[in-house]
Amino acid sequence: MSKKIIVPFGPQHPVLPEPIHVDLVLEDERVVEAIPSIGYIHRGLETLVAKREYPEYVYIAERTCGICSFIHGMTYCQAVEQVMDIEVPERALYLRTIWSEYSRLHSHLLWLGLFADAVGFENLFMASWKAREFVLDVLEETTGGRVIQGSCKVGGVRRDIPGKTLERMARDLDVFERELKDIAGVFLNDESIIGRTRGVGVLSRDDAYYLGAMGPTARGSGVGIDLRKTGYAAYGKLQFKPVVETGGDCYSRCAVRVKELFTSIDLIRQAAAKIPEGEIEVKPKGNPDGEYFSRAEQPRGELVHYVKGDGSKHLVRSRIRTPTLTNLPPLVKMLAGCELADVPVIVLSIDPCIGCMER
Amino acid sequence: MTWLSKSPWILHYDASSCNGCDIEVLACLSPLYDVERFGIINTGNPKHADVLVITGGINEQNREVVRNLYAQMPDPKVVVAVGICASSGGVFRECYNVVGGIDCVIPVDVYVPGCAARPESIIDGIVKALSILEEKKKNGTQSSPAPGSGAGGAQ
Repeated sequence: MSKKIIVPFGPQHPVLPEPIHVDLVLEDERVVEAIPSIGYIHRGLETLVAKREYPEYVYIAERTCGICSFIHGMTYCQAVEQVMDIEVPERALYLRTIWSEYSRLHSHLLWLGLFADAVGFENLFMASWKAREFVLDVLEETTGGRVIQGSCKVGGVRRDIPGKTLERMARDLDVFERELKDIAGVFLNDESIIGRTRGVGVLSRDDAYYLGAMGPTARGSGVGIDLRKTGYAAYGKLQFKPVVETGGDCYSRCAVRVKELFTSIDLIRQAAAKIPEGEIEVKPKGNPDGEYFSRAEQPRGELVHYVKGDGSKHLVRSRIRTPTLTNLPPLVKMLAGCELADVPVIVLSIDPCIGCMER
Repeated sequence: MTWLSKSPWILHYDASSCNGCDIEVLACLSPLYDVERFGIINTGNPKHADVLVITGGINEQNREVVRNLYAQMPDPKVVVAVGICASSGGVFRECYNVVGGIDCVIPVDVYVPGCAARPESIIDGIVKALSILEEKKKNGTQSSPAPGSGAGGAQ
């Protein structure tokens, strides 16, 4: 029996773009226990509801996270709309769906790049990020912002996408899809990636379920939860099947995200074909009085925005529950028993978004 | 241009940013912007770095981390605050846990505006920082210890 040593991982570490600290208890090269500690980017933005009026708080909600900012803004707006009984126009719901799916494409490609970097495949990192620029160009053209879009508001959306542009976007997706197929082939079939990821950081189906895993982390372990199936925005009118893999290892989680890229492209095509003409917003009347939990599928899993109003311009409480927080207990489970050299790959495999998690 | 500004190495740290600026800093490395053609490399080791790029404001817990990273970098060094949060606290300045911009802990040489800062402006900010780096090298300026950290910087 060898002596136990503790190796600190983070908060500043080459593979982590964001700070999280994990104390790894090692026995030789094997991790016995992982103890995460968080709080390096906690800002406390939920308390800003007391200082901003409820339509202005959308800007703060969007800045919870720069990667999935549109979905944060949308989920907050959905919650306020439910409290105030606002019927959002159909066209706005479709536009929200389209932007959500472009956000998912951009987030997944970003993650695939970082994952390739953690595996040590620099070329693939560059290829993924090059493909991602196409998505950012579309977002910039249609909303004005590359990463923070600011196009969602209480009662609808801020701007419309003209029909001609929608047609062109759908056409451009064909070229984009071909490029993605090349990248996807490498992620799914390359020997070096399979060697680094298959059988690494295994999370069983039961563990994923009982520890509360969400999003691709849960779907990689065979738990088919996808909040888009609840039919918020326009998802109820579109056809798709959640991607589920059963391996439970890093390879399965990677495969889920790779395959979801194509689901997103398909959803955008369907939405662009079905989108009805009409208004894109309704003016909210009065102030929110009541409370609501709004849920949506973020690229990383289930996002919950809770709002509570008392009839004044300022909300009483906002609470944000993000998928990375729910994916931390599964991460601790995966890390126990792994090799030290696999830690970066496993940590990245849950797609940690610390900015969201700590708010 | 001397050897120093031909190949500056960058240390990137996310203080309390929302990730928006972080991913734009990383986007500078992607083939579209490709800062490696200027010899700029993103390193993870403060001892190798010439330029400290920080996104997001200072909060109670990362105050010491930022000070520590700055103290570990060899002279001459420059600090680039990327985005409005790093410059002044931005939209989060009224949050209870946010102290303010980076300059309340370490001296900042270049402020890059924007929420989120665009890759073009980040590259511009770093290029501006390089001429400051040159000057510091010529004058042989030793950076003063970080304000409030006591003599010799923080440990």
